[in-house]
Amino acid sequence: MQTKVENNKAWFLVLPVFLIVAFSAIIPLMTVVNYSVQDIFDPYTRYFVGTEWFKQVMLDSRLHEALLRQFLYSFTILAIEVPLGICVALMMPTKGRGASLSLILVAIPLLIPWNVVGTIWQIFGRADIGLFGAFMSGIGVDYNYASDPTDAWLTVVLMDVWHWTPLVALLCYSGLRAIPEVYYQAARIDQASRWAVFRYIQLPKLTNVLIIGVLLRFMDSFMIYTEPFVLTGGGPGSSTTFLSQSLVQQAIGQFDLGPAAAFSLVYFLIILLVCWVFYTTIMNMQKDK
Amino acid sequence: MASITLNALAHTYTDNPTKPEDYAIREMTHVWEQGGAFALLGPSGCGKSTLLNIISGLLEPSDGEVLFDGKRVNELKPEERNIAQVFQFPVVYDTMTVFDNLAFPLRNIGVPEYKVKSKVYEVAEILELSDQLTRKAKGLSADQKQKVSMGRGLVRDDVSAILFDEPLTVIDPQLKWKLRRKLKQIHEQFNITMVYVTHDQLEASTFADKIAVMYNGQIVQFGTPRELFENPAHTFVGYFIGSPGMNFFDAELKSQGDQKAALMFGDHEISVSDAMLTRLHAMGADKVTMGIRPEFVHVWDGKNNDAFPVDVDYVEDLGTYKILSFLFNGQVMKARLSEDQKVPSGQIYVSFPEQWTKVYVDDYLIDIADQAAVNDTVEETDHAN
Ligand SMILES: Nc1ncnc2c1ncn2[C@@H]1O[C@H](COP(=O)(O)OP(=O)(O)O)[C@@H](O)[C@H]1O
Ligand SMILES: [Mg+2]
Repeated sequence: MQTKVENNKAWFLVLPVFLIVAFSAIIPLMTVVNYSVQDIFDPYTRYFVGTEWFKQVMLDSRLHEALLRQFLYSFTILAIEVPLGICVALMMPTKGRGASLSLILVAIPLLIPWNVVGTIWQIFGRADIGLFGAFMSGIGVDYNYASDPTDAWLTVVLMDVWHWTPLVALLCYSGLRAIPEVYYQAARIDQASRWAVFRYIQLPKLTNVLIIGVLLRFMDSFMIYTEPFVLTGGGPGSSTTFLSQSLVQQAIGQFDLGPAAAFSLVYFLIILLVCWVFYTTIMNMQKDK
Repeated sequence: MASITLNALAHTYTDNPTKPEDYAIREMTHVWEQGGAFALLGPSGCGKSTLLNIISGLLEPSDGEVLFDGKRVNELKPEERNIAQVFQFPVVYDTMTVFDNLAFPLRNIGVPEYKVKSKVYEVAEILELSDQLTRKAKGLSADQKQKVSMGRGLVRDDVSAILFDEPLTVIDPQLKWKLRRKLKQIHEQFNITMVYVTHDQLEASTFADKIAVMYNGQIVQFGTPRELFENPAHTFVGYFIGSPGMNFFDAELKSQGDQKAALMFGDHEISVSDAMLTRLHAMGADKVTMGIRPEFVHVWDGKNNDAFPVDVDYVEDLGTYKILSFLFNGQVMKARLSEDQKVPSGQIYVSFPEQWTKVYVDDYLIDIADQAAVNDTVEETDHAN
């Protein structure tokens, strides 16, 4: 019989990871937790308030509206960007100069900083000096993103689609390139239609990159701040005020750090929950029956 | 079901071919008769897959024609040629069940569902996949996946031909043997033209009635396994078929004074027929390559003045037979000894029976059988003069 030496040395191996996670997530998060359960006036004056801030946040109807708006927004842009990204990827050339050229062209929007994107669209959409705004008035549409909530929404969505569809497209493009040629050959021999090739060869091989794409796009759009802030400032009214803007208003505008911290935690948990639900659903769907 | 004719076919992957080496398929004309079971045998990189892909239409040949039953099909896409092809590595549709995978080629051409069912069950039965039909293809092992790939090639029984591109590479030896038998049975049952690509001579000869040996983009011989063994038309066939391959050595055609010419290997005269000597002389070929299979080298038990004295190098025991390596004129050659033959050592005597001693010029066999025909015409023209 072999005697098994039992000691706790293995913990040292885990230590680096633990330290990294501690500094990257746990410690900063603890600051927020700290604020969310106390009322802090200055470093020496603080009161424990328990779940008070959480209750307040949960019952705030402005936040409810912002949350709804936020979900609507994220699902809208996902519903557009994912299919559109796949289509773009399918149409991109695979060989020769066209391939590199199309890669560069598609990648350009990704290289522009968020606030610049907001500014671009702010000007682009104006009826007096912007190309898009002028075009809309030109074809007889009464378009004004600064005063009409529908137009504001349309513009914010359009902006995001323009900015981020390339990400989905590039992910899908790399996924498509990874499919061996012989699959397409076999499909031709089996006399499969174009649709069947997409449905049974390309889409299954894209699942993994699409999971990454959807998660990234969901998280990013759910936390969107800069672009609508620059473009519409959250208006008209509060029609394009999303969660992070509400948060900033609360934390910096009104300096309600306690409720803002509670709000941040709830916000974080919602994102985590949605991602987890999405991920496990997809993984279960893929399992061998 | 169809006969497949390749007419002056050539293919290159380069844009500006200048030399023969630029061609993956060098100009060839070849016919695969309808209903045959053929093997296409050759080393890796000789152009086998290229040739199959041209037949199935996945690849368009640079030159020449492909004809199915005499009709040109160059312009037809693979889906219009109604042909089945099984690839070297398994291709399955991951998200479908095994049943749906097998049904896929049938459903694509609108076969009614009740026929799909019976055909899929039949093929699954043959390939022993019946108990896997409801499983997702994704979870299968490599050889099960390859069986599914093969199954998709077999479900359509009205195809012009079924092409197999080294289909058993990923399958373990025992199952390999079984599947090859199955394919043969299916061939006998449906009489579909089958072309089976492999680089394994054993696989080729157990599957096929006729084997095409391919080398450097050319079919150098097309014949029964026996023909390939007994009468290799090209030095490559001699080398590639048989284990070990043929012994080759360079000989010179020499005439000493008024004596008649002889083929000399160093100081030894290798005897060939007079017809052969005349033929070589007529061709002006004074340097030839000669070949004899180890199986046909005669090893004498004792001293023999008509045989060549050679030195034993070593003897390899392969169970049912032994391979004797000997040095003849400084060159290593092999002979196959049967089980009951005594193991020789030191100096021994071997001879090369004339019938089995082949002569090659520029790697191609000088065949005396068609020599006779050539002689006739030569004589006729002589008379005319
Ligand atoms: N797609 C391709 N592009 C360029 N060269 C190729 C391509 N496919 C095959 N070749 C070349 O053509 C020759 C024949 O290849 P292939 O038909 O695959 O041989 P085999 O199937 O007998 O191994 C090889 O020299 C190979 O490098
Ligand atoms: Mg090959």
